[in-house]
Amino acid sequence: MPIPDLAESFVGAVNKVTLGATKEQGGTRTSTITVGGAKNVVYAGSPGDAGEKPVIAMDVLDVKPEDWPDILAEPYGDVLDNPAQWAKKCIDEFGADLICLKFEGIHPDTQDKDAEHAENVTKQILEAVGVPLILWGCGNNEKDNLVMPKVSEAAKGENCLVGTVEEDNYKALTAIALADGHHLITAAPLDINIAKQVNILTSDMGFPLEKIVTFQSTGALGYGIEYAYSIQERQRLAALSGDKMMAMPMICDVGFEAWRAKEAKTVDAPEWGAAQDRGPIWEATTAVCLLQAGADIIRMRHPRAVKAVKNFINQIWK
Amino acid sequence: MILIGERINGMFSDVKQAIADKDKKVIQDLATKQTELGASYLDVNVGTAAADQQGTIQWLVEAIQEVCSTPICLDSQKPDVIEAGLKVLNADNGGMLNSTPLNKKNDDEILDKFIEMANQAGPKVNIIALTMDKNGVPQDIDTRVAIAAEIVQKAMEKNFDIQRLFIDPIILPVKVPNAQIQPGNILAAVDQIKYLSDPTPHMTMGLSNLSQGASERSLINRTFLAMAMAHGMDSAIVDVLDKKLMNVVATAEMLMNKQLYSDSYLKAYKAS
Repeated sequence: MPIPDLAESFVGAVNKVTLGATKEQGGTRTSTITVGGAKNVVYAGSPGDAGEKPVIAMDVLDVKPEDWPDILAEPYGDVLDNPAQWAKKCIDEFGADLICLKFEGIHPDTQDKDAEHAENVTKQILEAVGVPLILWGCGNNEKDNLVMPKVSEAAKGENCLVGTVEEDNYKALTAIALADGHHLITAAPLDINIAKQVNILTSDMGFPLEKIVTFQSTGALGYGIEYAYSIQERQRLAALSGDKMMAMPMICDVGFEAWRAKEAKTVDAPEWGAAQDRGPIWEATTAVCLLQAGADIIRMRHPRAVKAVKNFINQIWK
Repeated sequence: MILIGERINGMFSDVKQAIADKDKKVIQDLATKQTELGASYLDVNVGTAAADQQGTIQWLVEAIQEVCSTPICLDSQKPDVIEAGLKVLNADNGGMLNSTPLNKKNDDEILDKFIEMANQAGPKVNIIALTMDKNGVPQDIDTRVAIAAEIVQKAMEKNFDIQRLFIDPIILPVKVPNAQIQPGNILAAVDQIKYLSDPTPHMTMGLSNLSQGASERSLINRTFLAMAMAHGMDSAIVDVLDKKLMNVVATAEMLMNKQLYSDSYLKAYKAS
């Protein structure tokens, strides 16, 4: 009697997604980035099943951050009010794989900046760095629908990753991303069923499933990470079981979430350990945890956390 | 759910006519249409449409392979017809040999022959074996399970991967006198056959046979399909052109947590 092979075998795989367009591809990027392709859960299966290495996108804001703790702002020195130099520093000094340009300043509750501002910042960053870009709206639907189409157009042909689209607000950005040749981030509020629905809705508009990256919402260590973890894991398992509507690579917003935690940003708490270490540790731990649930792109902020997570990625995805 | 499209069968008048006229287009349209609508395999059965069963099954297989790469389920109880089909089958796409009983009065080795043919055809070619032996189709639960056990044992002896084995507990028309007990017997047999080995063999059935001659055919088919799926039936030979039936498959899979729910889950199921 033969010994049955009990190794888990999956029929599906995570889609491979390539961001950025070089000169030959109609853009101006000097390099592209490919993520996805996993054919098993993280750590399991043969090395060939692991897919592409996850990547780190460092956040650059369109305006000077007003509420960043000193420990987070300090490594950036004087570039925080200059997005182009900020982006360059992330690539040249901190080893970021790509840049996530987050339009914090267009939100009506912050500086309510206009589309022209957003277009300008986009162009400056495209000029300053050669890596692919993620272009991420402010989260206010009305304002994003006004500004993000202009941003998309300003980066036309660069094959950026733009977002986010949601169940009740997906048409405007999906249409423009399709027209401008970008990839798209579909977002859901820690709800796997809604996540699938958004993918179906965008795909109904003719947007290719192969050009979508999903954002399930992120919770930091101690602040709901278990929800983010289990949903990402569920998405990976759905992808592996052949669910084409859930076979996208995933992105997490670790930097923002980790630095909201009081454990990361409170300086005056010596009983919690050295303040200069706590924040980076909080961010790195959150990132490493979510990488194990299958995240493909991680948005991060502190260079020391980036360094630690890169080290982890390089050891696991050899 | 592994769905085997039933339409390319000489018992259907359009297929019979196409075979008589050597009209490839009718067959090819059925092949692409069934594939689009979710068939994982295409059943190909010459039936009584032609005297030359071997030549006809080859013609059908070749016609289908010209337009799609959906794996083909060669359907005949005659090993020489299956063998003829295998000669032209592109086994790299996968395939299915449908079907063999455990044994026959005049052929004690028929299961062995099917296993041998499948093994020679390659690792992607599966077998459907009927819970039937030289005494015919059993009516009760226990005999069905006992025959299934012998089939599983034979497959193991022959080093045939159990995951390539599909067991068909044979569903009979519910309209036949005294046959109403059979659907329940099938479900009970499926419950037990699942425990014969680990990994378990797949379970399949020729669903449309259940409603043979009945009114409300589609309703009977889809109701029993949902019941059987809940008992672990993971495959069926069905009319994939029956939209309501396909919606039941999608919904049952969702309710069994095999597909993620979303408001448009029917659409999502069709797309994948």
